[in-house]
Amino acid sequence: MAAVTSTPIEALLRQVPPVDQVAVEERAASLASRSIKKSSKLWALDLAIRVMDLTTLEGADTTGRVRSLCAKALRPAPGDPSIPHTAAVCVYPSMAAVARECVGDSGVHVASVVTAFPSGQSFLAVKVAEVKTAVAAGADEVDMVIARGAFLAGDYAKVYDEIVAVRKACGEAHLKVILETGELGSYDAVRRASHIAMAAGADFIKTSTGKVSPAATLPVSLVMMEAIRDWYQFTGRAVGFKPAGGIKTAKQAIAHLVLVNETLGADWLTPERYRIGASSLLNDILMQIAKQRSGVYSSAGYFTEA
Amino acid sequence: MAVNTPPRLGFEYAPAPEATDHFQLAGVYKLFLDGEFVAPASEQHLATINPATEETLAEVSVANEADVDRAVKAARKAFATWSKLPGSTRARYLFRISRIIQERARELAIVESMDGGKPIKESRDVDIPIAAAHFHYYAGWADKLEWAFPNRKASPIGVAGQIIPWNFPLLMLAWKIAPALACGNTVVLKPARTTPLTALLFAQICQQAELPPGVVNIVTGISSTGAAMVAHPDIDKIAFTGSTDVGKYIMRTTAGTRKRLTLELGGKSANIVFDDAPLDQAVEGIINGIFFNQGHVCCAGSRLLVQESIAAPFLDKLRARMARLRVGNPLDKNTDIGAINSADQLQTIKEYVESGITEGAEIFQPPCELPKRGFWFPPTVFSNVSQSHRIAREEIFGPVLSTLTFRTPEEAVAKANNTPYGLAAGIWTDKGSQILWMAQHLNAGVVWANTYNRFDPTSPFGGYKESGFGREGGWHGLHPYLELH
Repeated sequence: MAAVTSTPIEALLRQVPPVDQVAVEERAASLASRSIKKSSKLWALDLAIRVMDLTTLEGADTTGRVRSLCAKALRPAPGDPSIPHTAAVCVYPSMAAVARECVGDSGVHVASVVTAFPSGQSFLAVKVAEVKTAVAAGADEVDMVIARGAFLAGDYAKVYDEIVAVRKACGEAHLKVILETGELGSYDAVRRASHIAMAAGADFIKTSTGKVSPAATLPVSLVMMEAIRDWYQFTGRAVGFKPAGGIKTAKQAIAHLVLVNETLGADWLTPERYRIGASSLLNDILMQIAKQRSGVYSSAGYFTEA
Repeated sequence: MAVNTPPRLGFEYAPAPEATDHFQLAGVYKLFLDGEFVAPASEQHLATINPATEETLAEVSVANEADVDRAVKAARKAFATWSKLPGSTRARYLFRISRIIQERARELAIVESMDGGKPIKESRDVDIPIAAAHFHYYAGWADKLEWAFPNRKASPIGVAGQIIPWNFPLLMLAWKIAPALACGNTVVLKPARTTPLTALLFAQICQQAELPPGVVNIVTGISSTGAAMVAHPDIDKIAFTGSTDVGKYIMRTTAGTRKRLTLELGGKSANIVFDDAPLDQAVEGIINGIFFNQGHVCCAGSRLLVQESIAAPFLDKLRARMARLRVGNPLDKNTDIGAINSADQLQTIKEYVESGITEGAEIFQPPCELPKRGFWFPPTVFSNVSQSHRIAREEIFGPVLSTLTFRTPEEAVAKANNTPYGLAAGIWTDKGSQILWMAQHLNAGVVWANTYNRFDPTSPFGGYKESGFGREGGWHGLHPYLELH
């Protein structure tokens, strides 16, 4: 018999514990039933804005649309200085330069999706070139997608190598790795993919592109956070987490924050370690803040569209 | 990237208590005999308190021998007609009771938490819904008894005396009363001394449902009340859930009498974690197994058996998770662990924890601030526990977990079975064949795989060895209340 050989990434994956579907969904549901009221609700809503990657990822995006989005990210509620700016805007690479021009050095980051987003079905050389171009255009964060085709075919080394190559191409830019959990098929696969991404150097791991459903469900987020927690425990390196896709209401955003708080702890409740990717969430949060402060709901007309 | 960092206050959850202003408790509760609330012949009362505040909630009657006799006579009289009703008619009453429990669920949940100390999320999501489900489920059997036991005639036994514990007051009432009534028996039920209130609210529900008088009689009181029931010559069956000591007393007392008996007693159940288990979910299961209802659970997974190869990292995960448990006001919707049921029980728990320390086990309790008034105990786990330690052998009935290790499946089975009890066990592994092999070799009435403390009216529950005999729930739960010809 030939000697048993395996790549380092395969050796790593053998140590990843399995995930029980029923129990993880139960735990997520139990955390979602936390009752967040009054001062804690306001605190969470404020934080949800601070950690938001305000996103537009449409074929129909124009420079006008992106400028409008950036203005909303900088001043979500014009005339109310107590409302903070979002963490970043998230756009296609072709819009990175426009976004950078709009946000300047305000502190709002420019995140560009890359690597043939959303499918990832292109050549590595093209992907690497895309990353470099996006960074040169002004993106200081890149959101890459993993090669799900390779992952589902069991070619974990290829998935890993691609992330390493992108990591290198990023230079100083911050790397978020999108697993596209809705295509992976099981929580076990989500957990494995999380470990591959963290081992390959991801600064953040991110659930979804927003183009596939289901996206950032609570149990998926819980599985990824548990992977991050174990990674931190074993390596000392803190990896960030970004749920994206399907988080449309303040209530959902708060449920995700509760999950972070009780799984990773308060150290992760900062934009350095936690983001929410969302396109339509912001105005619901503003509406809920206004409701908490005044006791009554205002009509949608009082909140500006991006 | 250190821009836009929020003030580091942490995510403190504001109090979210259930309101208690939408119902009114009576100042004094009488006994429920023959369909009416009547003053006790004993003329004695006792206060029932909120263990989270030590404030008195209400005074309830103490039934003496004469009161128990009145209750039995009422039940005997009602039996003559109730047992002759068509099963479909009995079913209608049980469906009605189930529906009223659901309608009054919020009130029942709050009173359960105030009287017993359990977190509102448990009384709201577990106790009350499952109690309603039990009545609903057994209503379905009432007109199907001849199909449940083909080629045999099933007739009711008569008057059932039922004595229930303080850990799941309304739920244990439902486990006892629903099958008894479905089968055509009448009952005299004694709730526990420290948690009588939801049983008295249930008496109101019986009136609301226009249940014929005498079919259900509720006698509140103390241990002598229960003793009077056990000794009463016209009770045909005793169903008891509670401590093994009292169970033994009841068994001795009823020996040589015509009384039938079912006993659901204590436990020291093992929760067994193999090295291939889904570890994060196993941690949740261990937490649920021992800290659910402050560990006041007869089938609590109070012994953690973890495979030695993963013991250290697993315990690290467990301790980190324990630090997230929220101990405090049972009425707060975010509370995970409520108050210990009584001062006596708190004392018992403290003594066991002392003995664990004295015998050399290593204790861990997460930092947690306990309220000043009331009865509280922090979640506690012992490691380096040996099979011979008292905390590994005796039922503590509190939020205290004892951890032991094993090397092989055979050793896990040997250790799990090495106890006078045999109520429940949990198995955590990703391997289906391991689950089946373990389940065949464990002497436990219930074996859960990759879950714990899951209850359902369709599933029988009961013990081996000194955990008792007889089954409650499911088709099996009909047997103790039927004479089969």
